[in-house]
Amino acid sequence: MDDLRELYQATILGHNKKPRNFRVIEDASHEADGHNPLCGDQLTLYAKVDGDGRVADVAFQGSGCAISKASASLMTDFVKGKTCEEIRGDFDRFHELVTSSPGVQAETEGLGKLAVFAGVREYPMRVKCATLAWHALRAALDGEGRAAKTE
Amino acid sequence: MSFDIGRVRSDFPILETQMRGKPLTYLDSAASAQKPSAVIDAMSDFYARHYANIHRGVYQLSADATASYEGTRTKVAHFIGAPDEREVVFVRNATEAINLVARTWGEKNVGPGDEIILTQMEHHANIVPWQMLAERRGATILVAEIDETGVLDLDHLKSLFGPRTRLLAFTHVSNALGTVNPVAELISFARDRGVTTLVDGAQAVPHQPVDVTALDTDFYVFSGHKVVGPSGAGVLHGKLPLLEAMPPFLGGGDMIESVSFESTSFAPVPQKFEAGTPDIASVIGLGAAVDYLGAIGMAEIARYEHELLDYATEGLKGVPGLRLIGTAKEKAAVLSFVLDDAHPHDIGTVLGDEGVAIRAGHHCAQPLMKRLGVPATARASLAFYNTHEDIDRLVAALVKTAKLFG
Repeated sequence: MDDLRELYQATILGHNKKPRNFRVIEDASHEADGHNPLCGDQLTLYAKVDGDGRVADVAFQGSGCAISKASASLMTDFVKGKTCEEIRGDFDRFHELVTSSPGVQAETEGLGKLAVFAGVREYPMRVKCATLAWHALRAALDGEGRAAKTE
Repeated sequence: MSFDIGRVRSDFPILETQMRGKPLTYLDSAASAQKPSAVIDAMSDFYARHYANIHRGVYQLSADATASYEGTRTKVAHFIGAPDEREVVFVRNATEAINLVARTWGEKNVGPGDEIILTQMEHHANIVPWQMLAERRGATILVAEIDETGVLDLDHLKSLFGPRTRLLAFTHVSNALGTVNPVAELISFARDRGVTTLVDGAQAVPHQPVDVTALDTDFYVFSGHKVVGPSGAGVLHGKLPLLEAMPPFLGGGDMIESVSFESTSFAPVPQKFEAGTPDIASVIGLGAAVDYLGAIGMAEIARYEHELLDYATEGLKGVPGLRLIGTAKEKAAVLSFVLDDAHPHDIGTVLGDEGVAIRAGHHCAQPLMKRLGVPATARASLAFYNTHEDIDRLVAALVKTAKLFG
C-alpha cells in the first residue's frame, strides 16, 4: 500500500477531483489533442502565447484517469508564464522523473509541485498517463496541429 | 467426476504465486487463461523427448510428433462436436482464423454491393478483417444494434438481411460484457436465407460446452490460450464443403500436393490452410488442454462458473458507486463495471496493488464502448479456477478504491 499512497498522494487526488485550468481558451494561439488509445484518455490542450514567446495562458479539457487529469492540472499551473524553450526543458526533467529507476533518489529539482509524480516510477504502465498532457502541450507549441499520441 | 476446486487450483502453479506481495487473484481470464501443469508438462515433455518436425520425416521421432499433432486435431474435433477432424484447421488464434476466412472465403464470395452483417458488441478481431475485405471488394458492413443491458436487438439484426447479404459474423459470448448470444436461433435464421455464418467463439469455448454440429455454424473460431492452452495455437472450424471450395490462405511448404514453376496443386484440407512449420508444441499443448477440460467436463465448469458469477454480481452490489455494464440474463462469467469517482485505469492500478489482476480499458471493443457511452470499463473475468475468496478480495479492493477516490 505504500507505493500506492506514493502514487495517489493527496495532491494528485485533489487535482483529479478539482482540476485547475479545466476550460477552453476560445482565442488560443496553439491547440492540440492528446489521446492514449490504450485506456481511452483524451484531452485537448489550449495555449495562448504572447508576443514575447511566453505562455500567457494554458488550459485543458477532456476525460481521463486520475493520473492524467492531475498531471494536466498541475502542468498547466506550472508552465504558465514560461517560454516555450523553458517548457521543453521542464518536460525533459518531468519525463526523466517519471521514467527513472524506482530504486534511486528521485531528481525533483526545479520541478516544484510536480515532484508528487515520482510515485509513477513504481508503475511503468502509468507513465503514459502522466505524460499525456505534456505530449499534447509540446505538440501544441510545436504547432504541428496534429493529435499527440502516447503510443 | 464432481468438481473439486481445491484439486483444480493445485493444477495451476501460478495460482500459488504472489503479485506485489499479495496472493495472486487472477481475474483476467477473458484476456488469457492460466495454464495447468498438464499443459506445461506436455509441451516441455514434447520439447525434451519427442521433438521433430511433422509430416515429412520418415524416422520414428517425426512420425510420433506427427501423430501427437494430428491427434490433437481429432481431440479438438471431438471437443467441439465436429463430425470430421478435417474440419479443424490450426491457426495461431481466433484473430488469424477470422482473417483466414476473410482472405479466402471472403475474396471468393463477397463482391461489390454485397453486405456483411456484424453486431455492435464485436471484438475488433471480428470487425477489422471484414472492414478490410469490404474495402477491397466494395462491399458494405451493416451493424446490428444492442440494447442498454448489452443484449442484441434480434428484430433489428433480422431486419438487416436482404438479397445482398453474404455473411453474418457475430460473437458467441461478448468479451467485454459477457452477454451470451442466441447462436442457434441466429444461425437458423441466416441459413434459411442462404447466408453464410461465422461465430467468434473465443469467449464461449472456455466456459460452456460447444457443439458446432448442433449450432450448425459454417465457421466457428476460438483461441487455444483462452481455453487454458498455450498461446500460439488457435482453431478454425469450417464445414468441409466450404473449406474444400476455398482458395488457400498462405502459400508455402506443407500446403501443396506438387509444385512446379508452371503450376502447383494444393494439398487437401486442412493442410491446404497450414503452410509452413506450425507451432507444433503449442498445438500439442492445446491437445493437453482439451484433455484436461474434457476430464473435468465443460458442463461442470459452466455450472461452477455460474454460481461464482451470481456470487460476484451480488458482491459487487456492496461497492458504493459501482455500476455494472452488461446485465444480460444470459451471461458468461464476465463482470464489466465503472465506479462513480474512479477511472477504470486507476481501479486497475489500485486492485493490482492488492494482488487482484483485472483489465481496464476498451477491451478491443471501441464501437461497443461508444454505444454504451463509456470511454472504458474495468472488467473482472472469471474462470473455473477462481474461488469465492477471489471474489471477496475483489470486492474488498473495490471498496478500498471507492474510498480512496470518493
